[in-house]
Amino acid sequence: MIRNVSLITLYCRDQDEARDFYVDVLGFVPNADVQLDGFRWVTINHPDQPELEITLMKPGPPLDEEGADFYRRQLDKGQAGALGLRVDDCRKTCRELTAKGVTVLQEPADRPYGVEAVIRDNQGNWLVLVEPKEFAPEDFA
Amino acid sequence: MAVRGQRTVPVELLPRLRLARDRMDRDYRSELDLDRLAAVAGVSKFYFVRCFEAAYGETPMRYLTRRRLERAQDLLRFANLTVTEVCMAVGFSSLGSFSAKFRRMVGESPSEYRDRWAARGGPRVPGCFLFMNGVLDLRGAPKRDDDCAISEKPRSEGSK
Repeated sequence: MIRNVSLITLYCRDQDEARDFYVDVLGFVPNADVQLDGFRWVTINHPDQPELEITLMKPGPPLDEEGADFYRRQLDKGQAGALGLRVDDCRKTCRELTAKGVTVLQEPADRPYGVEAVIRDNQGNWLVLVEPKEFAPEDFA
Repeated sequence: MAVRGQRTVPVELLPRLRLARDRMDRDYRSELDLDRLAAVAGVSKFYFVRCFEAAYGETPMRYLTRRRLERAQDLLRFANLTVTEVCMAVGFSSLGSFSAKFRRMVGESPSEYRDRWAARGGPRVPGCFLFMNGVLDLRGAPKRDDDCAISEKPRSEGSK
C-alpha cells in the first residue's frame, strides 16, 4: 500500500541558489546532492519532516524543450506557485523573513482557515504561509 | 522555432519584469509611477511598458490599479473602515479617482460593494486565491469585455 508522499518537485533556475535560499533563509536542511552523468539531483527537506524530500529541479528532460521553456518562463515571470508552508505565527514569521530580505507579496491576513501570507522565493516561485486554525466549509459559504 | 507565436520579451528580461511586478504587489500603497517601476526593472520606461504588457497581458499601471482595487475589495468586505479610509489605505490619493476606477472595473461603487457584502455576511475568500486572481467578484458588474477584469485572463505573452 501507499504509505505517504515522499518526494515533490520544486522547479528552480539554479539549484545552488535555490538550496541556499531554502536552507539559509527558510530553515530547510540539505539532503541529497548527487551528480549523475550530466544530471544533478539536489534535495532538501524540512528538519521536522525528513520523510518528505523536495527535489530542486531545473526544467529539463523528461520535459521536452517546449515544456522546459514553459516552466522557465513561468518561474521568471513569477507565475509559478510552489509550496504551501505551515507556520506557527504568520505575522512574526513574515517580519523575520522581511528582515532577511524576503519579498512578502501578500501581507498576513485573517482567513477562514488561519492567517495567511504569500512570499516569493529567490527562483521566482511564490509560496503560501498559513498559520492554521480550525474551520468548517460553511465558513466559505 | 518559437514555441508559440512571436516572442516579444527576451527571456533575460522576465525576472526584471517580475521584480517590478513584485514591487507593485508589495508596495501598492506607495506612490509608484512608471519611472520608478522601470528603474526597478532596469530598463527604459517605454521598453518596460511594452515588455510588461507583452508578458502579463496588461500595462504596468493597469496592473497596479487592479492590485489596489483587489486590496480595496478585501478591505471593503471585512475591515471596519470608511470608503475614504480604504481608498487611502490602498494607495489612491483621490477619492474621485478611486471611486471611478472601482466602478469601472468592478461594476458598482465601493460603498455598494461593501454594503452588498455586509448584507450577505460575506463568504471569506482565500488570500492566495486573491493573490492569484486579482480583482474578484464582479457579480454587480455589467458584462463588458474591455473593462471586465475577471474575464481578462492575462493574455499570454506573444499572443498579441
